[in-house]
Amino acid sequence: MRLAEFKNPEQELERFQRRLAVAGGLVLLAFFLLFARFFWLQVIQHEHYRTRAEDNRIALVPIVPNRGLIVDRNGTVLARNYSAYTLEIMPSKVADLEAVIDELAGIVDIQPKDRKRFRKLLEESRNFESLPIRTRLSDEEVARFVAQRFRFPGVDVKARLFRQYPNGDLASHALGYIGRVNDRDLASIEKNEAEDNYRGTEHFGKTGLEQKYEFELHGQTGFEQVEVDAGGRAVRVLERTPPVPGSNLVLTLDAKLQQVVEKAFGKRRGALVAIEPSTGGILALVSMPGYDPNLFVDGINLQDWEALNTSEDKPMVNRALNGAYPPGSTFKPFMALAALETGKRTPQQSIADPGFFTFGGHTFRDDKKGGHGIVDMYKSIVHSCDTYYYVLANDMGIDAIANFMRQLGFGSPTGIDIEGESKGVLPSQAWKKERFRKPEQQKWYAGETISIGIGQGYNAYTPIQLAQATAAIASGGVLYRPHLVKYVENINTGERTLVEPQPLRTLPFKPANIEVIKRAMVGVNTEGTGARAFAGAEYVAGGKTGTAQVYSLKGGKYEASKVQERLRDHALFIAFAPAEQPTIALAVLVENGGFGAQTAAPIARQVLDYYLLGKLPKEAAPEYEEVDEDD
Amino acid sequence: MTEFAFRPREWWQRLVAPIDPVLLALLALLIGYALLVLVSASPERMNNQFINLAVALVVMRVAAQIPPQRLMYLALPLYLGGVLLLVAVALFGDVSKGARRWLNLGFMRIQPSEIMKIAMPLMLAWYFQKHEAMLRARDWIVAALILLLPVAFIARQPDLGTSILVLSAGFFVIFLAGLSWKIMALLFFGGLASLPFVWTLLHDYQRQRVLTLLDPEADPLGKGFHIIQSTIAVGSGGILGKGWGNGTQTHLEFIPERHTDFIFAVLSEEFGLLGNTFLLALYALIIGRGLMIAANAPTLFSRLLAGSITLIFFTYAFVNMGMVSGILPVVGVPLPFFSYGGTALVTLFLGVGILMSIHKHRMLVQK
Repeated sequence: MRLAEFKNPEQELERFQRRLAVAGGLVLLAFFLLFARFFWLQVIQHEHYRTRAEDNRIALVPIVPNRGLIVDRNGTVLARNYSAYTLEIMPSKVADLEAVIDELAGIVDIQPKDRKRFRKLLEESRNFESLPIRTRLSDEEVARFVAQRFRFPGVDVKARLFRQYPNGDLASHALGYIGRVNDRDLASIEKNEAEDNYRGTEHFGKTGLEQKYEFELHGQTGFEQVEVDAGGRAVRVLERTPPVPGSNLVLTLDAKLQQVVEKAFGKRRGALVAIEPSTGGILALVSMPGYDPNLFVDGINLQDWEALNTSEDKPMVNRALNGAYPPGSTFKPFMALAALETGKRTPQQSIADPGFFTFGGHTFRDDKKGGHGIVDMYKSIVHSCDTYYYVLANDMGIDAIANFMRQLGFGSPTGIDIEGESKGVLPSQAWKKERFRKPEQQKWYAGETISIGIGQGYNAYTPIQLAQATAAIASGGVLYRPHLVKYVENINTGERTLVEPQPLRTLPFKPANIEVIKRAMVGVNTEGTGARAFAGAEYVAGGKTGTAQVYSLKGGKYEASKVQERLRDHALFIAFAPAEQPTIALAVLVENGGFGAQTAAPIARQVLDYYLLGKLPKEAAPEYEEVDEDD
Repeated sequence: MTEFAFRPREWWQRLVAPIDPVLLALLALLIGYALLVLVSASPERMNNQFINLAVALVVMRVAAQIPPQRLMYLALPLYLGGVLLLVAVALFGDVSKGARRWLNLGFMRIQPSEIMKIAMPLMLAWYFQKHEAMLRARDWIVAALILLLPVAFIARQPDLGTSILVLSAGFFVIFLAGLSWKIMALLFFGGLASLPFVWTLLHDYQRQRVLTLLDPEADPLGKGFHIIQSTIAVGSGGILGKGWGNGTQTHLEFIPERHTDFIFAVLSEEFGLLGNTFLLALYALIIGRGLMIAANAPTLFSRLLAGSITLIFFTYAFVNMGMVSGILPVVGVPLPFFSYGGTALVTLFLGVGILMSIHKHRMLVQK
């Protein structure tokens, strides 16, 4: 390179113009490059970007449908919705939650329990949800907040539909409750491929009918296509697909009857299941104590939750479906039927009852000292003679008993339309082998069969199983699947989807045999252990008392009054009425109620009085004093 | 004393005498187009933009009056003054949005880097004119220093957009002055080789912009948002566009800075490829006219100045459209004669005025 150049103006100008031409060429090239880029974006990739622009601008806003109502067989509303204002916080948009809540507390009433509940919701919440700090704001509170809304970014008042159970804890275990959607519910939604339909839905059935019929009750979510700006604010509505409200559930349940039952229980714990024998429709499903499902709707606060869960009375346990109890003497009619059907006994065959039965060196006692004398089948049921059934069980053997009882539904879930039902324990050789680990425990001993005959031992059945079996006797041998929902009513089309009575099986029993049992059960209420409770009844009802041992007495006489309350026996009663053409069959269990005749039978009496005669009881069912009688 | 007489025709002729009608006509088309788009993007700013335009046109007319020789005298003082102001900015400048670009004079705030857009080509053109007779290697090095000193100050403010414009303005002068191709090749490859080093000199946010350009979807709601949304706006415009006032990206506020640096996204969305092509054609014609003026200019100074000013228009346009359509990183360069804002408009029309003056005086000096 030369260090210096001497310039020739002519050459210089020429060179400058060449450079200028080069620059011009480069400009054109650059513009062509831009053009190519525009062509790529606007022609070749146009569809892609057009879609993205549309996606930007259009947001689908779900409109949550009204949840279906739950009404009883007579149209009494058990679960409904109401609209209320809630004060909601978007935690993701608020830096200091505590400070904001403190400030809000100056405008609307926020109690410590609201804060606790909010904290609980926060822990469970899905991302970016807006969570209620207060629900059911008064109009005045709404007005006060709205006036100062600018101070609270990320906080807003929203109109929401709330589930309400207008009768409080009535039938709480049948209805169940809804609560805010959690991870488990999401999994269930995914499994049902209902994600789209649950966009925007905040509540989900957690237990009972609310859970079982969640997808029927929910309805079809509507959508609003709105044009939104970059800040996510809706500018205008482009299109609207209205939501379709959820279907209503019309129950077989009779709310009045349910109320009578719950009142009859008073402060006692226990369960009652009443079934319509001709359909399997459940007339009353009671587990006492209940709880107020309204507590769960907006997210239950910690105090209430702990109170419910730590209570000795275990109000959250659905005893009717999940409590497995020895049936006690209520097992005897079924044992008697087994004896007839298997040919082990005839109705007339009698035993002489000395008041005990000895087997393998062990003495099995009868409740009545000195025994019942000569006992045939009728008398064995009416007076609840234990010895008769010790001998019978021994004659039949455990597997024959199990095989018979299985047909009546004992030991298997009944298939009621509520999730999580227990199956109880139907003891048999196979069951024991399965149940225990050690070989010596796995073996069934003949001695163990004896107490099975009177409904004790390994026997454990849920009240609904007992009610189902009782209804099968009452219906003359048809075993129905118990169900709570009569029909699902689509309120848009008016279409009713009937829950058909489902005979699980027609039992191959001789009608004459069933008649024997029914007659004996009628005898129970006229001249036997149930006679006192049913004194003066204007209808004929079959029944059977029972007592389930809680506390095992090694020999000796059981005296309920001397045993601690919680160790008292459970009282049971099964019944059907009217005897000729039963319209109701039921099983009652009173936890620690002592003898069946003492506490369970009086409840059954009040229930039947109301159901058959419309007689409303004035107070809780009476508890008779302890009687030294057979049971 | 001359007697005052009402002679409108003569006044008009005196008023338009230095104006190049071709350039003015092309600019009128461009400005009209810009106002049309601005009405859609930000109608509430129309009044202000009219005032900006009026001021800019006055500046243009005044500049067109000044003969190039007079401008030469201005070159050195303007350049030195500009450098002093840049130093002042570095020492006492106001910080806004993380950058120290403004100098508060008490009654107004000025942005000295803006002055450099004109002062730089003036200075270098003057410098080459002075050494016209003989250019030694040392002269090229001095020219490079003249260029790089202010550019370094501006880049450190930081103001990437302006430093690119000032750098290219100066580079165009040096290029047109005849820097040998070998040196340019050397610079080019040397530049490529030093990219890793330059990378370490960049501010974090500047590095981020480059990374964002390479992969805007990495942070679609954050740093990539601008570039993604403007690219969507351009692409969704299609061939014919969505129609004036119908750009959804624009009107639903997905386009940031839609009246200033990103106004091209608005145009592109509403008028499509057709509108873009029309704009490219207008710019090409304006640049073509400018290069023609440069080619016919009588002195080295005016040739270099006219060429550089014209190519600066190109730089503005290319960088801005490249940025909005996602092939260049986001830098603060407005679309020339198009974006809302007075400062850029005044600077650009000052350039136009100088071009017109050079055109007007092409014969006078040669004689």
